[in-house]
Amino acid sequence: MKIVNLKVNGVGRTFIARPETTLLLALREQLGLTGAKRGCAQGACGSCTVLLDGQPVVSCLVPAVTVDGSDVATVEGLADGRKLSDVQQAFLDGFATQCGFCTPGMIMSAEALLDRNPNPTRDEVNEAISGNVCRCTGYEPIVSAILDAAERRRAGANL
Amino acid sequence: MPRVNPIDTEYFKDERRTGDFTVIGKTVQRSDALGHVTGRTEFFEDRTFPDLAHVKIHRSAHHHARIDDVDVSEALRVPGVLRVITHRDVPSNWYVVLRLIGIEPNDEPVLAEDRVLYKGEPIVAVVADSEAAATEGAARVRVSYTELPAVLDVEEALAPDAPIIKQAGTNYFVYEGHHCRRLRFGDVERGFAEADHIFEWRYSSAPIEHAPTETTGCVVVPQSSGRLLIHSNTQAAFFTLDNTALILERPFSDLQVKGGTVGGGFGGKVDVMVEPLACIAATLTNRPVKFVYSREEEMQVSSPRAAERIYIKDGVMDDGRIVARKVMLYVDAGAYSRHSPYGTTKACAHLPGPYTIPNVYADCHCVYTNRTPSSAMRGFGVTIADFALESQMDRVARAIGMDPLQFRLRNAYRDGDMKAHRKIAEGTALIEVIQRAAALVGHELPEEYRALTSSTPRGDQP
Repeated sequence: MKIVNLKVNGVGRTFIARPETTLLLALREQLGLTGAKRGCAQGACGSCTVLLDGQPVVSCLVPAVTVDGSDVATVEGLADGRKLSDVQQAFLDGFATQCGFCTPGMIMSAEALLDRNPNPTRDEVNEAISGNVCRCTGYEPIVSAILDAAERRRAGANL
Repeated sequence: MPRVNPIDTEYFKDERRTGDFTVIGKTVQRSDALGHVTGRTEFFEDRTFPDLAHVKIHRSAHHHARIDDVDVSEALRVPGVLRVITHRDVPSNWYVVLRLIGIEPNDEPVLAEDRVLYKGEPIVAVVADSEAAATEGAARVRVSYTELPAVLDVEEALAPDAPIIKQAGTNYFVYEGHHCRRLRFGDVERGFAEADHIFEWRYSSAPIEHAPTETTGCVVVPQSSGRLLIHSNTQAAFFTLDNTALILERPFSDLQVKGGTVGGGFGGKVDVMVEPLACIAATLTNRPVKFVYSREEEMQVSSPRAAERIYIKDGVMDDGRIVARKVMLYVDAGAYSRHSPYGTTKACAHLPGPYTIPNVYADCHCVYTNRTPSSAMRGFGVTIADFALESQMDRVARAIGMDPLQFRLRNAYRDGDMKAHRKIAEGTALIEVIQRAAALVGHELPEEYRALTSSTPRGDQP
């Protein structure tokens, strides 16, 4: 057992973790943030993707005790009140959700991509979400929404 | 946002009453999308409950075996294990989900009794304080088996010397006294005798797993009223409620199912696989209980789309008319019925495809084997039959040197045709759909085929 301090979506959070507690289960069961999903618990589906110090990680494979002192961003922290992030709004407007289970992970991978590459090509978007499985097979609207979000971000930055 | 395929307003123009359309052609936001993009949509596993207990399953190691002994003593010694559940704890252990629409007999146990019919069949459920303890407990159950010969192929299962694996005495589902679902129309042998060409080919498909990103699961919460509240990702809330109540031998009104939010289903979440055991565990421990499949369980034991094997024999004239079609179709139900008797009937109802053929004969078998039980998946029964039928249409057309679209147009059903099921075809549109598809891909059709319509009477027309 170890006390873990994280900054989650900008807020300091402290919890006690067992050695086998994953970051995913800590977020979901101890911090009440259920946006990240458990789809496979083996790092294969990407439904649990969150940003760890800005990098997308599959939180089901991250032992919580190993990330003490880190910054974590989850889908719950993206919107500013009722104002959605550009990626969220683009997913909404572009019909890029079906069952919604992969959506939070997909959105976090997209946020990470646009943070490091504001003007990605379609291939670069495909690459960025290659670890996120959508079984409703809605990839095309997802890729288009991410490209749309990139455009919205650039337009916002130019204002 | 512009549509990828603009709506064609020309088709059926004369059938539209102008001004009545308020939604078609307009973009309407999904009511659940805002929850999806913000992570606020509540899937069943997003609800947490104090004192939650967990269920894990000890499963059969063999395709077909007699169970000689089950020893749970080691499992009970695992710290955190609350109790084990065997078939003796299940009030009404035998069921078939389709009994709600009159299908019988009950052919599947919730937990195996003296025999297992497929690898991965549940034998013992372990309830524990934590998922890890439940998993450890399930791993420590010891089952002694005597292995029995397994049947893993549909045609081998129907062979005269095949071991009978089902209690009911046949390796096939019995349809009103018959060994298969039958379709008889005209005289198929006479049709073959008159035909210029005979073509027979075999089509087969493997099982297909839905692999939803959210695995099958539920949380059952005992209520102070004595009722059980079931948070489930089932696609079939009422099937689940009714079957669970029948298994528990409790009134339907004792159960409440909260569902509707499904992280991918595709037909894979219409069986009743987790709720009955979670309800029993919640009742025995008087605690909220979660039973959710691991990814491995979802892949290994959740019902896939059935494997099918289909033989199609066609008698065809030089001019492209199909005068006889005989289909022998085998659906691999796996070890238990689940939805496959219905799927096989759907396959039979779909034959001989959307074509007018005067002589049709089909035997559609719902066959039991020692494979993972199959069940519903997107158009089950129809999808693989269509793959076979349309592959057959392409192959026959090429074999007689005819354009595959013209071959289909020549045989396409039209309004007023008698179908093999002895229903008059009405509202057919296959001809128009093929013509439109041909135009869209630049596939040129001769004038006589372009002039055809679904209401063109048969006669000297192609």
